[in-house]
Amino acid sequence: MAANAVGQGLPHDSAHLHVAGTAAYTDDLPEPRDLLHLAVGMSAVAHARLVDVDLEPVLATDGVVDVCTAADIVGDNNYGSIVKDDPVLADGLVQYVGQPVFVVAATTVGAARRAARRARLDYDELEAILDPLTAVRKRSFVLPTETLVRGDPDAALEAAPHRVRRQVFLGGQDQFYLEGHIAMALPQEDGGLLVYSSTQHPDEVQRMIAHATRRAAKDIVVICRRMGGAFGGKESQAALIGVIAAVAADKTGRPCKLRLDRDDDMIMTGKRHDFVIDYDVGFDGEGRILGIDFEFASRCGMSADLSGPVNDRTMFHCDNAYFLENVRIVSHRCKTNTVSNTAFRGFGGPQGMFAIEYVIDDIARTLDLDPLTVRRRNFYDRDERNTTQYGQVVDDNILDELFDRLLASSGYEQRRAELRRFNERSKVLRKGIAITPVKFGISFTSTILNQAGALVHVYRDGTVQLNHGGTEMGQGLYVKVEQVVADEFGIGIDRVRTTAADTSKVPNASATAASSGSDMNGKAAQKAAARIRKRLTAFAARHYAVSEAEVDFRANKVYIAERILDFEELVQAAWMERISLSATGYYRTPKIHYDRATFSGRPFYYFAYGAAVTEVVVDTLTGEARVLRVDILHDCGDSLNPAVDLGQVEGGYVQGVGWLTSEELWWNGDGALGTHAPSTYKIPTCSDLAPDFRATLVTDMANREKTIYRSKAVGEPPLMLALSAFLAIRDAVAGSGTALPDLQAPATPENILHALRGTRRE
Amino acid sequence: MAATTIRFVLNGNVVETAVTDPTRTVLQYLREDLRLTGTKEGCAEGDCGACTVVVAEVDSESGDAVLRTVNSCIQFLPTIDGKELFTVEGLRRADGGLHPVQRAMVENHGSQCGFCTPGFVMSMFALYHDNAAPTRREIDDALAGNLCRCTGYRPIIAAAGSMYGYGEDRQPPVHHDLLQAVARKGDLAIEHEGRRFFAPADIRSFARTCEQYPDATILAGGTDVGLWVTKQYRELDTVIYTGRVRELLELAATDTHLEIGGAVPLARAFPAIAAHYPGLDELFCRFASPPIRNAGTLGGNVANGSPIGDSMPALMVLGATLVLRKGEDERAIDLDAFYHDYQVNDLQPGEFVARIRIPLVDKAIVVASHKWSKRFDQDISAVCTAYRLERRGDTVTDFRMACGGLAKTVRRAARCEAAVNSAGAWTTAVVESACEALAQDFQPISDMRATADMRLFATQNLLRRFYLESTGEAPETVYTYGR
Repeated sequence: MAANAVGQGLPHDSAHLHVAGTAAYTDDLPEPRDLLHLAVGMSAVAHARLVDVDLEPVLATDGVVDVCTAADIVGDNNYGSIVKDDPVLADGLVQYVGQPVFVVAATTVGAARRAARRARLDYDELEAILDPLTAVRKRSFVLPTETLVRGDPDAALEAAPHRVRRQVFLGGQDQFYLEGHIAMALPQEDGGLLVYSSTQHPDEVQRMIAHATRRAAKDIVVICRRMGGAFGGKESQAALIGVIAAVAADKTGRPCKLRLDRDDDMIMTGKRHDFVIDYDVGFDGEGRILGIDFEFASRCGMSADLSGPVNDRTMFHCDNAYFLENVRIVSHRCKTNTVSNTAFRGFGGPQGMFAIEYVIDDIARTLDLDPLTVRRRNFYDRDERNTTQYGQVVDDNILDELFDRLLASSGYEQRRAELRRFNERSKVLRKGIAITPVKFGISFTSTILNQAGALVHVYRDGTVQLNHGGTEMGQGLYVKVEQVVADEFGIGIDRVRTTAADTSKVPNASATAASSGSDMNGKAAQKAAARIRKRLTAFAARHYAVSEAEVDFRANKVYIAERILDFEELVQAAWMERISLSATGYYRTPKIHYDRATFSGRPFYYFAYGAAVTEVVVDTLTGEARVLRVDILHDCGDSLNPAVDLGQVEGGYVQGVGWLTSEELWWNGDGALGTHAPSTYKIPTCSDLAPDFRATLVTDMANREKTIYRSKAVGEPPLMLALSAFLAIRDAVAGSGTALPDLQAPATPENILHALRGTRRE
Repeated sequence: MAATTIRFVLNGNVVETAVTDPTRTVLQYLREDLRLTGTKEGCAEGDCGACTVVVAEVDSESGDAVLRTVNSCIQFLPTIDGKELFTVEGLRRADGGLHPVQRAMVENHGSQCGFCTPGFVMSMFALYHDNAAPTRREIDDALAGNLCRCTGYRPIIAAAGSMYGYGEDRQPPVHHDLLQAVARKGDLAIEHEGRRFFAPADIRSFARTCEQYPDATILAGGTDVGLWVTKQYRELDTVIYTGRVRELLELAATDTHLEIGGAVPLARAFPAIAAHYPGLDELFCRFASPPIRNAGTLGGNVANGSPIGDSMPALMVLGATLVLRKGEDERAIDLDAFYHDYQVNDLQPGEFVARIRIPLVDKAIVVASHKWSKRFDQDISAVCTAYRLERRGDTVTDFRMACGGLAKTVRRAARCEAAVNSAGAWTTAVVESACEALAQDFQPISDMRATADMRLFATQNLLRRFYLESTGEAPETVYTYGR
């Protein structure tokens, strides 16, 4: 029997099911008798009073059983988790194209969807605000503008020998999970409701259904075994789908399933915020930032949703790895008549980091320095110049070491020189290279959310069922926590099964988000298992008259002084002595505190670090770009599962490159999203993966904090490694005549051509 | 006499099923009727590959089994009559073990959320049995129709490279005996409650049916018509399928022409064209994805006549003609003259594209095409250009350029061509004047793929690029560089 499970690159717990098509997603569950299928009727205009909603033609469609409108919601017609400004179904007012207005319940999916298109909606149109800049001009915000100031940025800017001002547009991103939103609600006896939901946050689905249907939480069970991807898109948005299914199930008294068609999913649910970023940076001749003024305007859409904490995280990450002594950060949370934007891997952090990395690049190009030099000169120091703009001391910084290693392993300097020579020779193609760091704060910035629970059962045959508040969206959370629990009992991981996330097993769980899944659920599960192990240890010591120190669990055995029992033998013996073999575990992240009013404190338990070198080739005639080589060094502390973590690093990087290159959200002049399917919205494919792709985990730097086995969170941070790809493209473009290319993100061929031509898109 | 059932082989078993809705998709049938839920719906438009299944047919000439991937989400069920269908559920070995493709995916950590995985597995299954040692480029091509949002593809590509290492038989697991048993002689005609599906076996029957139902929807690969049903929820009353018509599936080459039957899939047509015109190879590789090219047909692309159809610019500069047929009568029309306006063409009711005739010219004539889009693989062009340059010494004797994405139809760039042809020379100055003329030829629109301004500018740059390619000054593209 192998050594400990923790630290091994075990396959995803469902890998053998994924490849065989036997991993069941919500739509794969057996359908109950009498199931009705739902479709949502959406607003066709961006902002209007609903004068009339004529659903007669809908009801007259073959197969239609019923319809629901706002009037059928007996409780709160709202699923906004922080601000109550998110109607489930529009009530008299529509605020974006795609807003749910009514729901059709029919006997088939096709009938429901066909019928939903037959409603006659009469609108009294209102003025629509369709972009963040207009929103800023009209003071249209979902939440008040926030400002964070440290030092005296005005004076520093005034005195600085060099200054660059810029406005840059940074596009949003659709999560494009392969499994679209879905929920199935089944009425239970005595007013109960069972809901299968593809959600990162079963607790919130439960709570929002409770509010909307006037139920108590105890009467609702929400279950999610797995999601076919989520990336933040199923954090708050899943509640909308769950509530709709619940409302329809209540009205019809039948099980109801809502599975959004891909287009409806992309039109109806939120995405990564696009930003307009203005900055004014002052710096010295060495490239050191003396003062900086940031103004962020993000498209929040028609409601607050998670935009408050998303934009806060932008403010917390616009330093990335750099000490900003004199800084002003203004953050506008723009209300627009577009879909309400939401969580997406990085949660505002990537946009802040994009901004500062663009700044660094501008400084370097202004001074004709290697951006690498400017980066290192502005890095947080170890002992001084190490406090962030929000007052947290960066005391675990390993970026210098990471950079040294990566520069050596990637051959950065030599390759940079080579590609300069290539560019001198090449007529049409040009190459670029960039190295960028990642420093990402780990914890929910809302301190309250940093808590988790787990439930562990040991059965008499020595096998274990594990449940925790975390959800599995592909990130490998389940296998990692199983590894922790297996080691706690000294048993093989094959003896541990994780059951579906279930609000009736672990209550009040936070969303599986903020990269916190393994950190928090791993600790909670470890504690639960440790409690049972402690009872077993005490029992064994008592029963066999040895000291507790003489009891050890390993390799499916229990060593009790000289005696060796199979694990299940001890369990059976303990059961016969009426020892409890079930326990809960609970974890709250230590050390963190944070005052939202002053934007100060220690919001993050620790930072995760990484660095990437990307080399690209750009066609100066067509604006097409391709990533040629990638070298990544990423910090997962002492990894719980290096194979799973490497998967997060690689996948995060590629997803980030998609965000910054080919993935473009486009709305028409009426505020309708035009890119709402994979035919028009282009995430990376196989051929976009660099032919030379080298991602490595740092293996010798444990987390300084006492996280689970000194590992580090890995879900979000690697996405931002992709900033190196964007800046490599800018590097290639910069060689072509224009010193400070005005490259907008995403760097589509069109935007690259604009930068090359020195023009800007209308 | 109308049939009520179709027969096919599914994962090694003969299935006979009644067809009540002729436009029910294979995916709906698998998931909803058979509860075979391993095959997933990711987009219902053939763009994500989560629904990928493999269809096996026996080549009538060679007798060899051919495995090809298709998107089950837009494939109508009656089109698999007489064929063998493999889904992810069918890959498991008799002893319950995993197929080498599946093993390689597990061992390389090729799945995360797992939702795209069955589709990848099926594309890799087809690759496994088709290609003994694929290069990275061939793997990319084979998987171009499968999107994964989690892994970043590195482990999937690794799995595709290592799936051959298990020492297993690579014979395609096709059941020839069962295929013979389900083979249909003659026409398939299904009628149910006023809705009809016809799959004639020969061209006379096909032509007769088209005349009998002039308002019918002619279904070829279904890569567009499928979306009418899955996205627009249209109910098609009468569908006539080209895919079983023997004559329409013929592909013949003479000394002077290629004759490509109206139902020949793109996957067969493109290699035949590229064999004569290697300058079109990259375009054909970038055209949609293998499952779409396996189902979609050249005739369908042409008849559909989308202004952003990628095959037409090349066919136009090559001087392709269409042979149209109505009843027993055939007529030929230049592709140039075929399109009248946005989705309006010269086809009369009951008439169809029987063959596409492509002249084969001297290899000294340079033929090339450029596709300009946001992504290399499987994207819809913002602009697609094609060029044909014929020179005698330094004199240009004939220059042609056609563009898609710039107008209501794909069409030739008349003024641009004239600028070159009147000059009779091929120089930077002439090309610059041709670029200026392009602005007279086209007034493109702005949409999600590009702005009007940049569409035109990019088209001009593409022409400049073609010039540099012809002079050897731009030997590589970002896509060929380093490969």
